[in-house]
Amino acid sequence: MRPRALEGLKVVEFGGFAAGPQVGKHLADHGAEVIHVETRRRLDGFRTNYPPFKDGVPGPERAAMFAMTHNDKLGVTLNLKTEAGVELARRLIRRADAVIENFTPGTMARLGLGYETLAREHPELVLLSTCNQGQTGPHAGHPGFGTHLTAMSGFINLTGWPDRDPSLLWGPYIDYIAVAYGVIALLAALDERRRSRRGCHIDLSQYETGLQFVAPLLIEYQRTGRLRERDGNRDPGAVPHGVYPCAGEEVWCAISVHDDREWERLRRALGYPAWAPPRSGLEARRSAEAAIDRGLAEWTSRRSREEVIARLRRARVHVAPVNDMRDLFADPQLERRRIWRHLTHPVMGEHLAVGPPFHLPETPARIERGAFLLGQHNREVFCGLLGLGEQEYRTLEREGVFD
Amino acid sequence: MGDLAGQDGPLRAVPLAPYRVLDLTTELGWLCGKILAELGAEVVKVEPPGGDLDRDTDAWRAYNVGKRSLVLDLDSPDGRRLLLRLAASADFLVESFPPGHLDRLGLGWERLHRLNPRLVMTSITPYGPEGPWATAPASDLELMAAGGAVWLAGDPDRPPVRISLPQAACWASAYAAAGTLIAHHHRAATGRGQHVDCSAQASLIPAIVHAPIFWAMEGILPHRSGPFLVGRNVHGAPMRNVWRCRDGHVSFALYGGEAGRRSTAALFGWMAERGMVPEALRDVDWQGFEGPVASPEQVALAEAAIAAFLATLTKREFYRGAIERRILGYPVATAEDILADEQLAAREAWQELDGVRHPSGYARFDGLPARPASGIPEVGELGWHVAEVSGD
Repeated sequence: MRPRALEGLKVVEFGGFAAGPQVGKHLADHGAEVIHVETRRRLDGFRTNYPPFKDGVPGPERAAMFAMTHNDKLGVTLNLKTEAGVELARRLIRRADAVIENFTPGTMARLGLGYETLAREHPELVLLSTCNQGQTGPHAGHPGFGTHLTAMSGFINLTGWPDRDPSLLWGPYIDYIAVAYGVIALLAALDERRRSRRGCHIDLSQYETGLQFVAPLLIEYQRTGRLRERDGNRDPGAVPHGVYPCAGEEVWCAISVHDDREWERLRRALGYPAWAPPRSGLEARRSAEAAIDRGLAEWTSRRSREEVIARLRRARVHVAPVNDMRDLFADPQLERRRIWRHLTHPVMGEHLAVGPPFHLPETPARIERGAFLLGQHNREVFCGLLGLGEQEYRTLEREGVFD
Repeated sequence: MGDLAGQDGPLRAVPLAPYRVLDLTTELGWLCGKILAELGAEVVKVEPPGGDLDRDTDAWRAYNVGKRSLVLDLDSPDGRRLLLRLAASADFLVESFPPGHLDRLGLGWERLHRLNPRLVMTSITPYGPEGPWATAPASDLELMAAGGAVWLAGDPDRPPVRISLPQAACWASAYAAAGTLIAHHHRAATGRGQHVDCSAQASLIPAIVHAPIFWAMEGILPHRSGPFLVGRNVHGAPMRNVWRCRDGHVSFALYGGEAGRRSTAALFGWMAERGMVPEALRDVDWQGFEGPVASPEQVALAEAAIAAFLATLTKREFYRGAIERRILGYPVATAEDILADEQLAAREAWQELDGVRHPSGYARFDGLPARPASGIPEVGELGWHVAEVSGD
């Protein structure tokens, strides 16, 4: 079997939801040992508040989002309000290369796990702290969820129709931007550590990672004074540029035309309809955009999506299915990349997991072990890896250290 | 961190300082090279004679900051020969040409790998290098559609929409950079490079990953629902998340859990101070109100009162109140709001280039920002000569 890229890397993870633990998931997919520390006293929101649950019945071991975030990790429970719990966390950290946490700023320090404390006994430690707005600044302590932060970073105002309220994106869009940047920042710091033999504290602001994805908007406003807002599916550089109905209920395709030659190919493919003027140039098409959109929608709505796509692809016109969530499981490109995986789980039977969007052919990701139950790996980690004796383990358990 | 930038520039983190990147990307991969540049790598952007055609666009300026430009004509034997010489000593090569393009130029993975077994090469493509869609033309709209993001956004009575600013290239580039650094970690240990393959369509799956689970697990097909959150209430009640206020919109929702209950109670406390809690809701124990299990009737009643209250506030008033009272909510910001944000000013989250502020420094390494050393590159500033690039 091929090696995995991050074999030997040891990571301890604190926190919940997606923004921290999904960073660890990418590392675990590639062979890092990732130990996720949680507590029964205050369960991860993904375990308790995020449908769907297996058979529609809420429960901490039945939550699909939690499962999807935690494949191939070791899961332990520790009550960090106890001294012994904190000491065990420190022992886990002392044998690790990196720690990931996404608590509200200040939480780790209050638990006795602040960077200064940890770095004193482990100067090579890399600590990734990822939170909404960064560890510093006047709004650092303000709690928030990814959905709202997605709004504050500009994405929501850019989504929907100019004459309507903005539309939401599904889920906490920005969290997964911050996840990619979290993986990047952590691996860059570990690389530097190989040379300097010194770790560091990474303060990652999810808000600021989101702004990287809207940078052109911010630059455009400063250069031109134009405040770009949501505009349906229109684009400044292409006409037509839209989503059109195909035969059937709620079946859509996306079509765009980016230059005169492509426009000519589209006209030919459609048999030179009257609504498609032979005029060349973006501005000429722009002035006829409403009629073009109506004509194109009328043409697509009388055909199956398969036929629309086949005909426009033969004509080398930009076209794609608007994949719904069922389509994503049958998409030939995603299938080829094995994006969707199904892992076994003692309570759920099976759960959905996701493969990485990038492929490393020499060191492919392995998505093998389903998510852990609460404290499933306590013995394996505390006795096996830290060397607690059976007696000691039982005493600590009785004292609620593993709650 | 051990390494700091040069004496004259502001201090910045440069964890990738020892490495050189050849950046052959089109728009689909610009941000990938920028990410490596802001972590301190020397990123040599290879441009065709005359430079990229889209140099004056805002996206070009945003995503090529910090690179140095080298003009090379890859259609000429001389240009290809120079590229091979550069690749022989490069640490990374990032490209986003259509699948097979570099192979046809004699610059494909096999050749580069033989020349430089340590090289980590990253190819970013719309749909991956193989398969029925591999060579289909794809702009942002098609990729957002094929990746599932379009289906989920927009109002139910109109066609689904994409975000009105290209996003697919950003997702592809960011996840490509993550994959590149994972491959680099392996190379650092073994000396062996590899060819990282990143699909833009697949990179959009993380952006929407909460939705397909409903299909996989329950056979439910999540639908676009405008300003409402769906799938968060066990009775299926849509939960409003975007609300009108006096000068735009704000984002807030009736969540559950400890934080959600506290947030709801704090908002109703604020409303009570302003006399805006209607009679029917005066006796509700908001500390015990669980959005995810509340009945649709309860949700409707509470939301009508909240809508009336939020309509009296500006975005700024709401946000200030939300911070003071620890309410889970934020403004629905425009570019203007973001540029005026106090938090970003306090964190010096901007880099000013030619009088324009670019968002910069998303992470601080021991306080030092990940920030490009240089600004927007001039065409061919590194010239045509290998000697100038390597500095010998």
